[in-house]
Amino acid sequence: MNFTLKVWRQTSSAAQGKMVEYTASNISPDMSFLEMIDLVNLDLARNGHDTIAFDHDCREGICGTCGMYINGRAHGPARGVATCQLYMRSFKESEPITIEPWRAKAFPVIKDLVVDRSGLDRIIQAGGYVTVDTGGVPDGNVIPIPKVVADEAFDAAACIGCGACVAACKNSSAMLFLSAKVSQLALLPQGKPEREARVLGMVAQMDAEGFGGCSNTLACEAECPKEISVTHIARLNREFLAASVK
Amino acid sequence: MGLFATLYHSSVGKKFVMGLTGLFLCSFLVVHLSGNFLLFKHDGGAAFDAYGMFMSTNLFIRTMEIVLFAGFILHLVTGTITWLTNRGARPEKYVRNDVSENSTWMSRTMFLTGSIVFIFLVVHLRTFWVASRFYAAENPSMYQLVRAAFSDPVYCAFYIVAIALLAFHLRHGFQSAFQTFGIKKQKYAPLIHLAGMVFWLLIPLGFISMPVYFLINP
Amino acid sequence: MTLQSKIPAGPVQEKWDNHRFGLKLVNPANKRKYHVIVVGTGLAGASAAASLAELGYNVTSICYHESPRRAHSIAAQGGINAPKNYKNDGDSIWRLFYDTVKGGDYRAREANVYRLAQVSGSIIDQCVAQGVPFAREYGGLLDNRSFGGAQVSRTFYARGQTGQQLLLGAYQALSKEIDGKKVKFYPRREMVDLVLVDGHARGIVARNLITGALETYVADAVILATGGYGNVFYLSTNAKQCNATAIWRAYKRGAFFGNPCFTQIHPTCIPVSSEHQSKLTLMSESLRNDGRIWVPKKAGDKRNPREIPEDERDYYLERLYPSFGNLVPRDVASRRAKEMCDKGHGVGSTGLAVYLDFSDTIKRNGKEWVKQQYGNLFDMYHEITAENAYEVPMRIYPAVHYTMGGLWVDYNLMSTIPGTYVLGEANFSDHGANRLGASALMQGLADGYFIIPYTVGDYLATTSFPPVTPDHPAFKEALAGAADLTKRLLAVNGKQTVDEFHKRLGKIMWEFCGMGRTAAGLTKALTLIPELRSEFWKDVRVPGSAEDFNAEVEKAGRVADFMELAELMVRDALQREESCGGHFREEYQTPEGEAKRNDEKFSYVSAWEFKGQGAPPELHKEPLAFEDVKPSQRSYK
Repeated sequence: MNFTLKVWRQTSSAAQGKMVEYTASNISPDMSFLEMIDLVNLDLARNGHDTIAFDHDCREGICGTCGMYINGRAHGPARGVATCQLYMRSFKESEPITIEPWRAKAFPVIKDLVVDRSGLDRIIQAGGYVTVDTGGVPDGNVIPIPKVVADEAFDAAACIGCGACVAACKNSSAMLFLSAKVSQLALLPQGKPEREARVLGMVAQMDAEGFGGCSNTLACEAECPKEISVTHIARLNREFLAASVK
Repeated sequence: MGLFATLYHSSVGKKFVMGLTGLFLCSFLVVHLSGNFLLFKHDGGAAFDAYGMFMSTNLFIRTMEIVLFAGFILHLVTGTITWLTNRGARPEKYVRNDVSENSTWMSRTMFLTGSIVFIFLVVHLRTFWVASRFYAAENPSMYQLVRAAFSDPVYCAFYIVAIALLAFHLRHGFQSAFQTFGIKKQKYAPLIHLAGMVFWLLIPLGFISMPVYFLINP
Repeated sequence: MTLQSKIPAGPVQEKWDNHRFGLKLVNPANKRKYHVIVVGTGLAGASAAASLAELGYNVTSICYHESPRRAHSIAAQGGINAPKNYKNDGDSIWRLFYDTVKGGDYRAREANVYRLAQVSGSIIDQCVAQGVPFAREYGGLLDNRSFGGAQVSRTFYARGQTGQQLLLGAYQALSKEIDGKKVKFYPRREMVDLVLVDGHARGIVARNLITGALETYVADAVILATGGYGNVFYLSTNAKQCNATAIWRAYKRGAFFGNPCFTQIHPTCIPVSSEHQSKLTLMSESLRNDGRIWVPKKAGDKRNPREIPEDERDYYLERLYPSFGNLVPRDVASRRAKEMCDKGHGVGSTGLAVYLDFSDTIKRNGKEWVKQQYGNLFDMYHEITAENAYEVPMRIYPAVHYTMGGLWVDYNLMSTIPGTYVLGEANFSDHGANRLGASALMQGLADGYFIIPYTVGDYLATTSFPPVTPDHPAFKEALAGAADLTKRLLAVNGKQTVDEFHKRLGKIMWEFCGMGRTAAGLTKALTLIPELRSEFWKDVRVPGSAEDFNAEVEKAGRVADFMELAELMVRDALQREESCGGHFREEYQTPEGEAKRNDEKFSYVSAWEFKGQGAPPELHKEPLAFEDVKPSQRSYK
């Protein structure tokens, strides 16, 4: 298969970027999307050109490093997968593929398709943890946790922090990301002692980072590679209200 | 006030304000529509005029009117601030953005539908409320006022389009408020869905029935 | 130089407790005067950085990722072992110790393994307290499952994403310390050199991957938790960025490299499908709990698997190993799969795959049950192969997964360079010649949470640290060396890309230093690798600039190191004239085709010392003593 690509190229955060057209030739439908870009880059490198910068690592959908806006969708057209789990069989040759970086004020472009998502880390630093030092903890079985609760907490904890929710949201809101952690720790007994400070701190940090607010369009849920549910945002809202009233 | 300030300081809190004021305004729609149904009474507008008189003179209603205005302004101002902040969160737009794949247009156009409904409201208030309140002597009958206004097909079209937009606004807004309040349990979902239908479908249809009625029976 | 393993005296059960008591402590008020650098933020690095910061040390944490949470520990699927005996099936610390020493084919240090088994229970407690959502039973208690190489259920898990959940736990602990300003975190920095002052590690040089600038970091101790080097094979289950640069540059500064040839080939990976494949995807070994592995009895049988009747299938693991069946350790399962394919029984278009079949389990427990247990793995398989494994058996083939070898460390996890500690997969210590499933997470967290906080204190308390600044000549020299290396790579300006060289290196390694190794093949590799290396330095093309975000520069430096490390691995494999665990020398096998150890001659850790660029490295041997687990021919029959 042969594809025409339109890729966002931007040499640095300060520079002006633009879409540049490339051709990806001899692509097998079983090739992953990133392998297709590898091939384009191989060609660029052979000819001494600067390769297309993009973030990627595990290539099995768990590290959350990769993330591109492909044909107007976060992580491309397939549901429930990260960019690295996208295969070329999902694309038609006739249509050019547009590839853009995540767009958000809180995700400044570093180069080409690489953005700075450290804002998400700072949101976690603002309370997305249980304050427990190493050692001196009780036996793991001292706190029984009903299976349904543990399962729901896990559903939230499955977030890979890729930022697709921010990229897809028209407000560039990080609410789904934030709510996944708040919800996980609010459900578990271990997270209860700090639940109020946690939700207030994390929401304040999200706002300070320049992410937008939630307007319940549910685009985040639709584009999340781990299909994290917006019910976690609802839980965050409850947690937030309860903490504010107190 | 402390709680309000805390809430208003954050994006999540502003959403509560939007949801609360939104639902409050929804309750006004119920009152407004039920009163307006008196237009359909075949008594030459006597009942409707009496209702109009009651609404403009009763102390409780007059007080609530102020609360309503306050709620409305809060909804509007908060919505505008939120919209501006959210717009600012993405200074550089996507070259291609297939938003229709992940969300409904109604959910994405709340500010637009809201703004048009606001323009409508200004015109609407100018036509009816201002006229009845400040120029009551010239137009003793509210009923005649309504009838006159709805005799203009252009005004009717504007009215119907605006109400339709309000419907879309409520289609997203009503259920969205419950998500904002954190009421998102599966067991409540059918209830919210049903109540939502009342607000985004039945009530707007009720309002639309009025110009249609006067267009058919001038 | 003789290797000082510093294994404490006394019975194995008491060694760690006695040792801990013997370690010098740093007064709480003095801890803030010490500065420790932790390189890497995987399970070992994040847990070490967080734990040391909690104790009061000043910690600098760096990683080449944009966030600590991206480290490849996140991809571990199956679980983490701990001998809690919650299942009442006869588990104990001793049994985990025994299984691990045996699983490692008697090439690990008994004392280290015992300590690992001893602290593993605390890891579970720690992680639960952090809010890690482990799988629970209906009564609310922690669930366990069984795993390869063990006959008890001691594996704790969080669906098929245990590594992710444990890493996020450690990441959150680290985030708490970053928030408290006790850890300074620097993302997108790659360590390119270790700086020694008077023979002690006093800092590192790192390349800022955004600007390309070389930066210096000064400290009193340096902890390397930089993972394994499986990517030397190009195709592996490792993440694309995994590399050996940090440990390799430390090796060149004098840290010995232990057992470099011990590589784990994981049996349950999705087979290679095309030339352009960039990595291999592992599917958790836990699949072997309920899936049955088979090949057609008739070689070259290309029928649809569903049309092959039961009596024409060879469930070879169940046949060869009746008591462990499909749950034999990884090295055995991998080697047998290769053997079946070599004999022509392989399936799929390439013939390099065997079936992993769930139909019996689906019949027994229903599809829903299988979905509940393994749903995400089946989904993943579907995404990659577009096949539905509920309907047709999965095809699997072994792939490079883990490197048991790594920098040599003593009982305190300190390398041969004073003040340089090595944790997790980056060290050689606990897994011998083969790692059992669900043991990597255990080791990474044991090192970071429960060992390094004690041992580093002893070093700090007993060492005097003359003040050092980045202006010290040692830092200047390291900076200049790092800058020069990049400059030379860019100056070659040849015709072939870094990836092309990397693939060629990988092919040599897979063919001659992979699942089956021979003296002839290894000898051949010893000429092929240096040839390829010199071609690399003559013909590599690294486009762009060094003062920029440039993935090609990053890869070039890493591949340059792999080119050297590969040779050391081959040398090590060649000198070890025995088969053990993942190291299978075809000349040394039992009549049944099992690995045949030679305890008399090779019961040692090989520790290689760098003797200068171009000079052959020197082999040192740390003899292994087995006092508690008597080495025997490993049997899983």
